[in-house]
Amino acid sequence: MGNSFIPADYFPIVLQLFAAIGFVAVTMLATHYIGPKRKTADKLANFECGIEQQGDARSPISVKYFLVAILFVLFDVEVIFMYPWAVNFREFGITGFLEMFTFVGFLLAGFFYLLKKGALDWE
Amino acid sequence: MSHSLFYLLSFITLFFALLVVFAKNPIHSALYMVMTFFAITCHYLILNAQFLAIVNFIVYMGAIMVLILFSIMFLNLNQATEPQKSSLLKFAGVISAGLLMLTLVGAIVKTGGGDVPFELIKPDIGLVKNLGKVLFNEFLLPFEIASVLLLSAMVGAVLLAKKEIN
Amino acid sequence: MAFYFISIVLLGFIAVYALMAVWAERKISAWIQDRVGPVVTGKYGLLQTFADIFKMLQKEDITPTLADKKLFLAAPILVFTAVFMGFATIPFSPTYISSSINIGIFYLLAIVSIEVLGILMAGWASNNKYALLGSIRSIAQIISYEIPAALAILAVIMLFQTLNLQEICMQQGILSKQKIYFFGFWEVSKIGGFFAWTIFQAPHLFIAFIIYFIASLAECNRTPFDIPEAESELVAGFHVEYTGFKFGALFLAEYAMMFLVSMIAAVLFFGGWNTPLPNLASFALADYTTGTYWGIVWILLKALSLVLLQVWIRWTFPRYRMDQLMTLCWKVLIPLSFVLVLFSGIWKLFILN
Repeated sequence: MGNSFIPADYFPIVLQLFAAIGFVAVTMLATHYIGPKRKTADKLANFECGIEQQGDARSPISVKYFLVAILFVLFDVEVIFMYPWAVNFREFGITGFLEMFTFVGFLLAGFFYLLKKGALDWE
Repeated sequence: MSHSLFYLLSFITLFFALLVVFAKNPIHSALYMVMTFFAITCHYLILNAQFLAIVNFIVYMGAIMVLILFSIMFLNLNQATEPQKSSLLKFAGVISAGLLMLTLVGAIVKTGGGDVPFELIKPDIGLVKNLGKVLFNEFLLPFEIASVLLLSAMVGAVLLAKKEIN
Repeated sequence: MAFYFISIVLLGFIAVYALMAVWAERKISAWIQDRVGPVVTGKYGLLQTFADIFKMLQKEDITPTLADKKLFLAAPILVFTAVFMGFATIPFSPTYISSSINIGIFYLLAIVSIEVLGILMAGWASNNKYALLGSIRSIAQIISYEIPAALAILAVIMLFQTLNLQEICMQQGILSKQKIYFFGFWEVSKIGGFFAWTIFQAPHLFIAFIIYFIASLAECNRTPFDIPEAESELVAGFHVEYTGFKFGALFLAEYAMMFLVSMIAAVLFFGGWNTPLPNLASFALADYTTGTYWGIVWILLKALSLVLLQVWIRWTFPRYRMDQLMTLCWKVLIPLSFVLVLFSGIWKLFILN
């Protein structure tokens, strides 16, 4: 296959994946059979303060959470792109430092805009 | 080894990609998409494109999928079944998807793909350190412009969300 | 072959650790609140959590009628698997690391983002108002605190210039190939000990540790950031509907997560498997206490002390409100961690050169 190779380093990770899934799945299955099965309508109803369930639990969520998710995506992308720069930090020197400063500068301008607009105020 | 792994992963990718389309429940669809992204991450790892793999994993699987799931919850698309689209829309969908497939097949045939096994010319180019060197030298301008893109996305998000609150 | 063995050992270790941690937490909380805690089962109540888990294993396995069956089943598996896989890249000693991949830190950040999906699945599948609200709060909190955590880690990475956790450990002790400076002025490459740890390599990195630690508390949903499970308002958050071993898996994952973030903190800030004892004068303590078995002892001691700190904090501080929690993250920690990254750059460019 020439140069195309699978880094063998990932093998233990795959192994742990199977170990974890195996352990949880087998134990779950075992306890499913060990445990008693006396199902009644009341027991299988959803918990809600001991009263009858009112309406659907899956009601629309607040837009605030949505905004947090969007801002997380943006900041996450930015932070991820700072890592390739950080591992080359000494080689890049001051030039690289200024380049990253420009990149982060735009984001921080956005951050101040968020602060001014009150988008980060919860409520 | 790597060949059979590639076919296995491709099978998983396509399998979950099809489930994304066929799942009735939007939340299930989104979670199948997570699995698709995971398989694609494994593809990147086989190609030794570590940075791409991790960006795909953290940004797409982690961040963007949470955003999509939140949007589904936000828009209250929780009904187990969607209303059926009109047959005209279905017809248009089939034609546009077919055209896209035609383009892709054409592109692959043109590049002389087919059954040639993949081979990496520069196996180390995808490592984080090497990618950083390329990114901050040759592709500095696109990189800086990307931050403007992120900035505009931020402003857009705030404008939309704040309007909703007021 | 060794890897098969190790993954089983790790699994057993995590399970026993989680049980003991629950016991320790109950004992410590009792001590803090002037109670005695569990005393009946075994000496000092040591077998209490073992008894609890055996009871839990034989409980009825309930899936609510309104729940989404598949997702309800998949969520605990996903959460536990994600956390357990995180241990694959942690270096336990200079010679032992399961998987020495050169994107170790990224891998661990990815693990956290997978746990988020598991929590969302659990909350949504339960079809319970408390569970859904708890999981959405939990996710908003975890994703928000991921940014200051990633930036605090970045401040460390800038100094070491590698993402491989084993190499990061190497650069904090006597096995280092680079020169290490205690606060930038005293070369300690051969002295080692706690002088060479990350937090003593530059003054601002202690603040980075504090930011990381606060963020890690939030990522584990621990007090003072346990708003997702706030017992008094949300019953138990996203795992209200879970019973038997499904609850057990989520519980195990929570304690394993505490241990995982402590391990990461130990590796990044406290020298990982490096000994705290320096080579001073004619006592070559650092040379003597560095090795495979010593390494495992040191890193476990460091991580368990950090877990202890998390427990201590839980029983000392009251819970934050949701808006306070978000304000702390977005208005205090994120700007502060950007300043830290800037400072890291200045330190590396002007002090160390």
